[in-house]
Amino acid sequence: MLKTRIIPCLDVDDGRVVKGVNFVDLVDAGDPVAQARIYDEAGADELCFLDITASSDNRETIFDVVAKTADECFMPLTVGGGVRTLDDIRKLLLAGADKVSIMTAAVKNPDFVREAAEKFGSQCIVVAVDAKSVSGNVGAGDERFEVFTHGGRTPTGIDAVQYAEQVTACGAGEILLTSMDRDGTKKGFNIPLTRAISDAVSVPVVASGGVGNLDHLVEGVTEGHASAVLAASIFHFGEHTIREAKEHMKQAGIPVRLD
Amino acid sequence: MTRATVAIVDYGSGNLRSAAKAFERAIHEAGLDLNVEVTDNPDTVAAAERIVLPGVGAFADCMRGLTALPGMIGTLEQAVMKEAKPFLGICVGMQLLASVGREHGDHNGLGWIAGEVVPIQPADPSLKIPHMGWNTLALDRADHQLLDGLENGDHVYFVHSYQFKPEAAHHVLAHTDYGGTVAALIGRDNIAGTQFHPEKSQQAGLQFIHNFLTWRP
Repeated sequence: MLKTRIIPCLDVDDGRVVKGVNFVDLVDAGDPVAQARIYDEAGADELCFLDITASSDNRETIFDVVAKTADECFMPLTVGGGVRTLDDIRKLLLAGADKVSIMTAAVKNPDFVREAAEKFGSQCIVVAVDAKSVSGNVGAGDERFEVFTHGGRTPTGIDAVQYAEQVTACGAGEILLTSMDRDGTKKGFNIPLTRAISDAVSVPVVASGGVGNLDHLVEGVTEGHASAVLAASIFHFGEHTIREAKEHMKQAGIPVRLD
Repeated sequence: MTRATVAIVDYGSGNLRSAAKAFERAIHEAGLDLNVEVTDNPDTVAAAERIVLPGVGAFADCMRGLTALPGMIGTLEQAVMKEAKPFLGICVGMQLLASVGREHGDHNGLGWIAGEVVPIQPADPSLKIPHMGWNTLALDRADHQLLDGLENGDHVYFVHSYQFKPEAAHHVLAHTDYGGTVAALIGRDNIAGTQFHPEKSQQAGLQFIHNFLTWRP
């Protein structure tokens, strides 16, 4: 049986992990390979790097991070952040990424998703959708969800469900859905949003944003219908291990990989 | 005398770095005297002891990429079909073994294992496509050397939307279940192919790679 995936996410700035594991006796907490190794050994099902490098001059640094990680960790690796061209995708895949996540470039031009999927295959093209509830009563079934960019600051006017359907039709192999109205709140995923998109598309949806405890991970799957859950801080700061998260999900009846 | 080589065929289909590194790790861990070469040169493939054909993307694109390397398919046929060298296809590299692939129209494969590559159609329509993530192995031929050290229920990593259906059921050495049976490892004689990605399957994957590297078909 296919297992529900648990995916830790590491933020990388100028080639160094800036938001990552912060609880073990790491000699160098900024070393992406050391961080990746911890999650590899902890039984994470995949690993995600989000490149937050601001300066375009330093954007090349992520390729080195990916290459060094892929040389040592034999697990699936998704990389996102600042992916704008087919050449960006090609370089990340050649460095060792298995999947590349596209956000703003896809909002600006959904045909970019089609070009990327045709060139590299749907299996490696993830579209990151940052969305919020913008109207209606949560849970009442009349909500509307909108796509945002720039870390949730810029509304696009685009309906998130229609957008997810559109990029899937263009060949996205997976949707990385972040509940931007929950990101950093520790209140859990925006469940109506997560469910609306998971039910609308035929591809797997990874739920992200707002995870504050292990019940939130369970809700993302049982109520949000996500195929995978992504979290950062609850793992990085030692609040919970990957193993605890999986045990908790298993107790809730969700199939997980524990070997 | 130079060391025996494992040739990983590079025909422009995605990233071969992970595969090469995983094979190197397995060689190192077992102390094997083997060299890994990622190559698009038929002479290197012809001289290799073992051959690996990876592949990601669409069936026809991969077949086209392989055909575009002058002399490569002929070299592979000589090495694999005539000289019986151990051969492993991975993902679409495994699907290319089929007689025909039915992704975006019908396309001829290498035809080394009779069968067709068709869309995964789970009995449960709520199951997502691609089949993406960790799924369990069910061993149909538990005594096969390629499955040494692996057990029913071991997890390996899949990501695919099409599946290989061999004509002969006994060519399926292990399968998984995704709303129906999906071939995970196929093989006959010196030819094998995995739908899963051993280079992304952590310890179970390294075990499988070790088995391939020491396989005496």
